[in-house]
Amino acid sequence: MSEKEVQGTEKEVQELERVTICFAGDSGDGMQLTGSQFTNTTAGIGNDLNTLPDYPAEIRAPVGTLFGVSGFQIQFSSSDVHTPGDSPDVLVAMNPAALKVNLPNLKDNGIIIINTDSFQSRNLTLAGYESNPLEDGTLSAYQIFPVNITGLTREALSDLDLNMKIKDRCKNFFALGMTYWMYSRPMDMTENWIKSKFKGKDDLIEANTKALKAGFSYALSTEIFTTSFRIPKAAKKPGLYRNITGNEGIAFGLITAAKKSGRELFLGSYPITPASDILHELSKHKNYDVKTFQAEDEIAGIGAALGAAYAGALGVTTTSGPGIALKSEFMGLAVMTELPLVIVNIQRGGPSTGLPTKTEQSDLLQAFYGRNGESPIPIIAAAGPADCFHAAFEAARIALQCTTPVILLSDGYIANGTEPWLIPDPDKIPEIKIKQPALDEKYLPYKRDPERLSRLHALPGTPGLEHRIGGLEKEDVTGNVSYNADNHDKMVRIRADKVGRINRFVENPELVGKDHGDLLILSWGSTYGPILAAVKDLQKKGKEVSWCHLRWLNPLPINLDRFIYNFKTVLIPEINLGQLSKIIRAEYLIDTVGFNRVRGLPLKTNELLAEIDVILKGLE
Amino acid sequence: MEPIQLTKDDFTSNQETRWCPGCGDYSILAQMKKVLPTLGIPRENFVFVSGIGCSSRFPYYLETYGIHGIHGRAPVIASGVKLANPNLKVFVITGDGDGLSIGGNHLIHLFRRNIDITIVLFNNQIYGLTKGQYSPTSEKGKITKSSPYGSLESPFNPVQMALASGASFVARSIDRDPKHLEDTLARAAKHKGTAFVEVYQNCNIFNDGAFLSLTEPKEKKKHLLKMEHGKPFIYGENDELMLTWTGKNFKVVNKDLNENGHEILTHDENGSGPAMEFMLASLSLDAQLPTPIGIFRAVERDTYDDMMAAQMNATKKKKGEGDLKTLFTGGYTWTND
Repeated sequence: MSEKEVQGTEKEVQELERVTICFAGDSGDGMQLTGSQFTNTTAGIGNDLNTLPDYPAEIRAPVGTLFGVSGFQIQFSSSDVHTPGDSPDVLVAMNPAALKVNLPNLKDNGIIIINTDSFQSRNLTLAGYESNPLEDGTLSAYQIFPVNITGLTREALSDLDLNMKIKDRCKNFFALGMTYWMYSRPMDMTENWIKSKFKGKDDLIEANTKALKAGFSYALSTEIFTTSFRIPKAAKKPGLYRNITGNEGIAFGLITAAKKSGRELFLGSYPITPASDILHELSKHKNYDVKTFQAEDEIAGIGAALGAAYAGALGVTTTSGPGIALKSEFMGLAVMTELPLVIVNIQRGGPSTGLPTKTEQSDLLQAFYGRNGESPIPIIAAAGPADCFHAAFEAARIALQCTTPVILLSDGYIANGTEPWLIPDPDKIPEIKIKQPALDEKYLPYKRDPERLSRLHALPGTPGLEHRIGGLEKEDVTGNVSYNADNHDKMVRIRADKVGRINRFVENPELVGKDHGDLLILSWGSTYGPILAAVKDLQKKGKEVSWCHLRWLNPLPINLDRFIYNFKTVLIPEINLGQLSKIIRAEYLIDTVGFNRVRGLPLKTNELLAEIDVILKGLE
Repeated sequence: MEPIQLTKDDFTSNQETRWCPGCGDYSILAQMKKVLPTLGIPRENFVFVSGIGCSSRFPYYLETYGIHGIHGRAPVIASGVKLANPNLKVFVITGDGDGLSIGGNHLIHLFRRNIDITIVLFNNQIYGLTKGQYSPTSEKGKITKSSPYGSLESPFNPVQMALASGASFVARSIDRDPKHLEDTLARAAKHKGTAFVEVYQNCNIFNDGAFLSLTEPKEKKKHLLKMEHGKPFIYGENDELMLTWTGKNFKVVNKDLNENGHEILTHDENGSGPAMEFMLASLSLDAQLPTPIGIFRAVERDTYDDMMAAQMNATKKKKGEGDLKTLFTGGYTWTND
């Protein structure tokens, strides 16, 4: 279909740089599917994008309720996109509850496409509306597009011999079709997807395709929609792309690290939201020598991974929230036995069960200190969905080369969110070389590499290198059990030193801006996107700020003390009450200013900009 | 390839054994060292995994690969070792506290999965390393440091637990009967699948004499029933007693008389059915009836490790050896020029 045919002739086409759309409806309305279809098409025509699904913890929440609302937000643009957008320009609300939940977030004068068929008294009551917001002036500040989506979908499918329930299920494709017209997206990618998804069920292929096309034609022909929009291609780095979630990124990064180190990948894991998708993804790839073990509990998950690491696999465990608390004791054993192990923590709202499907950065101090004894573990944090691939690879590399457990921190936001990933050339990814003990000399399990202080790990099955390790304190060099006071003091220091010097074997984080000035923003993890957007905005306005986004938290990078003292204010935005702030204050003896929002959501660029504005004004 | 010639000395590590003098653990270690060279497995392929407790020091004293893990978790470490490298011969060494209290959950799931691992549980019915509190196998009313007025808990029967969880090999032996222990350990080690051996083990410091009636030369013949495959259950000072079945429960009779004509049972290790296995295991709880040792169950069923390997091979056959490029481009892709 050519662009001209798509657009029709009479209507105005406006060019936009960026748009944020939120698709919202009942859990059963298929909003995640609608969002991901819009995403794939948008990626396919060359816009940059970033997405955030927001779904309830309940699997099938009662229909029409506020807590049953499922949303999918996407920001897309002809220039760089770093976040799913602070507030949507467009809200597609399939029922009153979806409107109620998402309206406070919408931009002033934003567009609302409403399925009017669902605005009946029962649904209004369930959503807590006393009168119909379509009629009582609630929405007067917005551009409203009322469409009887359910009725129109039924009409479009009237000649199909399907029951009403199935027909009604197609209404999300009708809504998708309308947005495709509004934002000048082609339908063929979704049509192809429908064909492969419902292969062998010709009636469903026909119904969903018809609904999609009907939505598109309706928007094209009805007088309600006067303008459609065009968002030109983004100038992304050339290359082959795919969309990737953070959890897929971690799975791929781990498989790559295993291949590049010549080891099998062994995942010991217990299902937990929002980490389970890594287990699901890895369990598909048995032909990549990936072994997945769904353990009886969180403890068994990490224990099996550690056992596998001793036997020569790349041992990995994945978890979230309370799961990480259960793994603490085994993490201590991994520290003592100095075995390579990757512990992936997809942080979620806490404490306790907390907010299982929401995001948070509140496990940083636990990662640092949440174990008995002096128990140092390197910590790396992923900055975004695509970066999860690189962070997972790096975590595995350090674990294997420095014989240590490594904690990889991600969170619910980047775990489920997506962005385009520039697919790397596998041949250009470096090998991970691991030193092996010599077979012709006496094996000393705790003899160390002088540079890394790593030990050489003899794999079971190797003749002549039989040895025992365990959780009791080890004698330096021999690894025999030792209760000697001076030896313990020495070993505590060696373990700290081994982790402390890892910053020599990883890249320093980039400092954006000058190495001195009024304001340094220091950040880590998933706040990368919102902060990058804020920093770009400030630079555009000619304001001077510097920014350093940390990748390794433990140890802190070598280059940080070259500039951290040179700023009047160090601002640390976090989705917690100031955990990195505590560490920076302790390590560098400087004051810091926090920007802390703990709402289970990513930070908002606009709120951060407002805060920075206040700080900069105060410094003038 | 030449047959492997190993002796028990090949399995002795340079570590000084640190159990209390007179501890039953010495006997178990000695019998294990006799068994290991007979298995035809190279020394470097043995891995001993333990948890925490007196028993769990075991791996340090063997010149094999080994991990002294954390409390109760040896079964999960061992599972990871075996699944990562199925060529290894993996043992779990645990005790009644380690295996049945803090680690009970892991043990039952290992039985259920039937991973090819041999488990030896030292049951001394007391917490030794923490100096004498009652354990999950201590008898009800036990007076200990933590139960000065008597414990309120009913004990676990480890053999019943293993049977109920689906273990494919379940046996019991005793530290003071070296020959029986050696034979039982050998059978367990040769079993393919999860093999469980409960060993009655005397803690001469905190629970001395717990199994006296089964070990004292004068007493033991009256109380100890050695089960043998295909044979009737006969015991007694002069082998005069026999265990029979009334249709409802066991009855001990004089083997030559059996006046009421109860059913004479013959032991069938290879699946006498869960009811009979369970009833035999329960005998140890009744002071009036003999305590059986030997093999309760030895059946073959698919091991988790074999099935995992089969699944991986089948996937490779179907999809081909995985290469990264295919992985990365598996979803919807597009090119930016």
